[in-house]
Amino acid sequence: MSSSSAPPYAPPASAGGASPPLRARRGRKRFSVLTRRDKLTLSLMVGIPAFIHIFLIWLPTIGSIVLSFTSWNGIGGLDKIKFIGIKNYENLFANYPPFWPAVENNLIWLAAFLLIATPLGMLMAVILDQNIRGTRIYQSVLYMPVVLSLAIVGFIAQLMYSPGMGFINNFLQAVTGDPKWVTSGTAIDWLGTPGLNFAMVLVAASWRHVGYIMVLYLAGLKSVDNTLREAAAIDGANARQVFFRVVFPVMAPINVVVLVVTIIESLRAFDIVYIINKGLNGLGLLSVLIANNILGEASLIGFGSAMAVILLLISIGPIIYYLARTLGKEAE
Amino acid sequence: MADLGQRSVSRRTLLKGGAAVAALGGISAFIAACGGSSATASPSVAASVAPSTAASVAPSTAASVAPSTAPSASGTVTFGSNYSDDVPKKAIAAVMTAFTQKTGINVTINTVEHNKFQDTINAYLQATPDDTFTWFAGYRMRFFAAQGLATDISDVWGTIGANFSDAFKTASTGDDGKQYFVPLYNYPWVVIYRKSFWTQKGYAIPKTLADFTKLGDQMKKDGLIPLAFADKDGWPAMGTFDILNMRINGYDFHVGLMAGKQKWTDPKVKAVFQQWAQLLPYFDPAPLGKTWQEAAQDLINKKAGMYFLGTFAGQQATDQATHDDLDFFPFPTLGTAYDAEMGIDAPIDGFMMSSKAKNTDGAKALLEYLGSADAANIYLASDANDVAANKQADTSKYNAFQKSSATIIGNAGKIAQFLDRDTRPDFAGANGMQSFLQTFLKAPTQDLDKFLSGIQSFYDSLPPQ
Repeated sequence: MSSSSAPPYAPPASAGGASPPLRARRGRKRFSVLTRRDKLTLSLMVGIPAFIHIFLIWLPTIGSIVLSFTSWNGIGGLDKIKFIGIKNYENLFANYPPFWPAVENNLIWLAAFLLIATPLGMLMAVILDQNIRGTRIYQSVLYMPVVLSLAIVGFIAQLMYSPGMGFINNFLQAVTGDPKWVTSGTAIDWLGTPGLNFAMVLVAASWRHVGYIMVLYLAGLKSVDNTLREAAAIDGANARQVFFRVVFPVMAPINVVVLVVTIIESLRAFDIVYIINKGLNGLGLLSVLIANNILGEASLIGFGSAMAVILLLISIGPIIYYLARTLGKEAE
Repeated sequence: MADLGQRSVSRRTLLKGGAAVAALGGISAFIAACGGSSATASPSVAASVAPSTAASVAPSTAASVAPSTAPSASGTVTFGSNYSDDVPKKAIAAVMTAFTQKTGINVTINTVEHNKFQDTINAYLQATPDDTFTWFAGYRMRFFAAQGLATDISDVWGTIGANFSDAFKTASTGDDGKQYFVPLYNYPWVVIYRKSFWTQKGYAIPKTLADFTKLGDQMKKDGLIPLAFADKDGWPAMGTFDILNMRINGYDFHVGLMAGKQKWTDPKVKAVFQQWAQLLPYFDPAPLGKTWQEAAQDLINKKAGMYFLGTFAGQQATDQATHDDLDFFPFPTLGTAYDAEMGIDAPIDGFMMSSKAKNTDGAKALLEYLGSADAANIYLASDANDVAANKQADTSKYNAFQKSSATIIGNAGKIAQFLDRDTRPDFAGANGMQSFLQTFLKAPTQDLDKFLSGIQSFYDSLPPQ
C-alpha cells in the first residue's frame, strides 16, 4: 500500500512560494524565474509521487488489463503468456457459475450499506451529538468494532453463528431449554443456509461500518456552527426540520466523504467472507473470486485479471465522481 | 467570527481528510486490478513469508560448525515445511534433529501455515524456494515436476527404492517416468465410529449398502444422525464423491475422470450423484455451516453414529481414552463389479526437492534419510494418526488405530489420492468442484444433467495444460 504517497493530483503548492507557476511560464522565453534549487525541489516533489503513482498504480492496472486477454498459469517467464483475445470474458459470462451471484452480492452489499448501515451510523452520530449523559461511553462502545480488521470480525462472526457450538444457538437453547436449537436439522444454520448466511455476514460487517460512519459524522456535526441551529430554532423549526433543512445541507462535504467511504467499503469487502469460507455457498464476492483464481495453486492469472478489470470498471465510477467533486471544489 | 474561523479550519481539515480518503480509496480500488500482476510481484511475498517463521533446529553440537568445505553432502540444507500444526511440527523437527546427528548436515526448517503454504506454492517454487519441501503425491506432484520446478531424484530412489512398494513408487513418479517425490506416510478415508457406543447400542459394522441403510434407519430411530457430515470448507464432500465413484465405477474411471479423459456428462457420473442423493437422508442435514472439526465433535459427543473422513479426524479426540475408543471400517460395498477392488482414498504426504536447490548433495542426502525406516519411525512416534509409507518401518509400535489403518490400506486393491490431489487445482478449488459439490448438496434433487454439463463446460473452459 502506498498510502504514504502524496495524493497524486495535489499541486505542489507550497513549493512555488512567491512565484506562482503561471507567471513563471509567461517569462520562460528569455529567463526563468525559478532558480536551479527551485527546479530541483519542484522536480523532486513532482517526480517522486509521479514515480510511485506510475509504478504502483498505473503499471499494475494496465498490467492486469493486458493480462485479462491472456492465458497464463503464473509459472515460467513472460514468454509463457498466451494471448487468447476475449475468451476469458466469454468464459466469465458463460461458463463460470459463481460470477453473476458474486456481482449480485456486491450490489446487495452496497445497497445494504447505503440504505441501512450508513443511515444507522448517521443516526447514532446525531443522537450522540445531543450531549446526552454517558455519550462518551456510547461513543466508545460503538467505535470499538472499528479498530478490528474485518478478518477478525469474520472470526468473531463464526464463533457467534456456528450452528452446533456457536453462541447464538447455544444461548437460545439455554434460554428456552429446548435442545432443538442446537440439533442439526432443526437448529438455524446461520452460516450454511444460502441467503441467510449472506445476511448474517452483512450484519457482522455493518456492526463495524456503523461505528466508522458514526465517528466520521460526529466529527462533522461538531463542526457545524451552533448559531445556525439556534437561528433555525428561533424561527420555529422543530428538531427534525433543523436537521434536514439546516444541518444536513451545511454538512454537504462530509456527506460526500461518507458516501464515498461507504461505496469503497462495499466494493473492497473481502476479508470477512474469505475468512468464513472463501466465498463458497452463496457468499461469493468479486474480490474473493479474484483471489481464488489468482492466488493458490489454481493460478488462472488471465481469468482472474478479467474479473479484476470488471471490478475496476465498477469501482471507477464513484471514484471519478468523488475526484471531480473534490478537485472542482479546490479549483474554486 | 471566531466561530467562522474555526469552521473554515475544520472544513479544510475535512478536505484534507477527504483527500486522504480518496487516495486510499483510489489505491484500494486499483488493488483489485493489481491482483492481476500479483504473480509477478509475489516472489517477494513468498520470500518474506518463509524466513519470518524460520526456526533452525540444528542442535548446538559440533555439527553447526561444519562450514561448506567438503564437496559432497555437507553444510546446511533448507527445508520448507507446511507441518504447521503442533503435532506434526514437533514430529518433523525430531526427524531433522536425528538427521543432523547422523550426518552432520544442518537443516533449517521454514514452517509456513499449512493452507498458506499451498496458496503461495507457485510463487514460492519460482522465487527462492528451500532446497527441499513438503508436498503431496498425485497430480499436484506431477504438475510441478512437469513445469520444471522440481528436481529429478531417481538416483535417491536407487537407494531407497527397496523400502517402498510399487504403488508408492508409482505415486512418486512424474509424467516422464522419473521420480520426484519421497513418501513419508499416508492415511485412509474410512467410516469412523466409537466402539463403546456401538457395543452399548448393539450396532454391527455394515459390509454392504443394505446393511448400511438398515443401520442408518436404526440410528435415526435412536435419535442419532447416522453419518456426521460437514462441508463448509468445500473439500470434505470430495471424499464422499470419490468413494461412491470408486465403488460404482471403479478406480480406473476415477483416474480417467480426474485426468479429463472421461466426461462429467457420462451417465456413470450421474449414477454416482443419484446414489448420493439416495444416501443423503442418512447424512447430517445441515453440513454447509459446519467444519470437519465440528462434525468430528458430533461423532465424539455421540450425536452422530458414524463419520466418513480421513483418519486425521482422530486429532479431534484430544484425550487418550476417547482416541482409543475410535475405530473405523472401509465404506460398504455397493454390489457392483468393483466391490472386490475396494479402492479407497489414501492420500500420501511426503517431500520434494526444488529445481533451484542450492545444496543439491545435502538435499539428496536429506531425502534419502527421509526415505529410510528410521525417519518414518521417528515421525510416527510423535504423530500417531498416520501410517508409514515405508514398508521397512517398525509397525510393532503401532497403536490399534494405526494397525486398522494399515490393514485397510493393505486390503485396498487400488489407492487413489483424493479428488483435489488427483486433478488440476484450478478445477478442484473453491472455483470449481468445491462450489459444484455444494450446489449439489443444497439441491440433491435438481436436474442432474444440467448440473453435470455445467461442470463439464467449466472444465472445458480451463486453459490447456
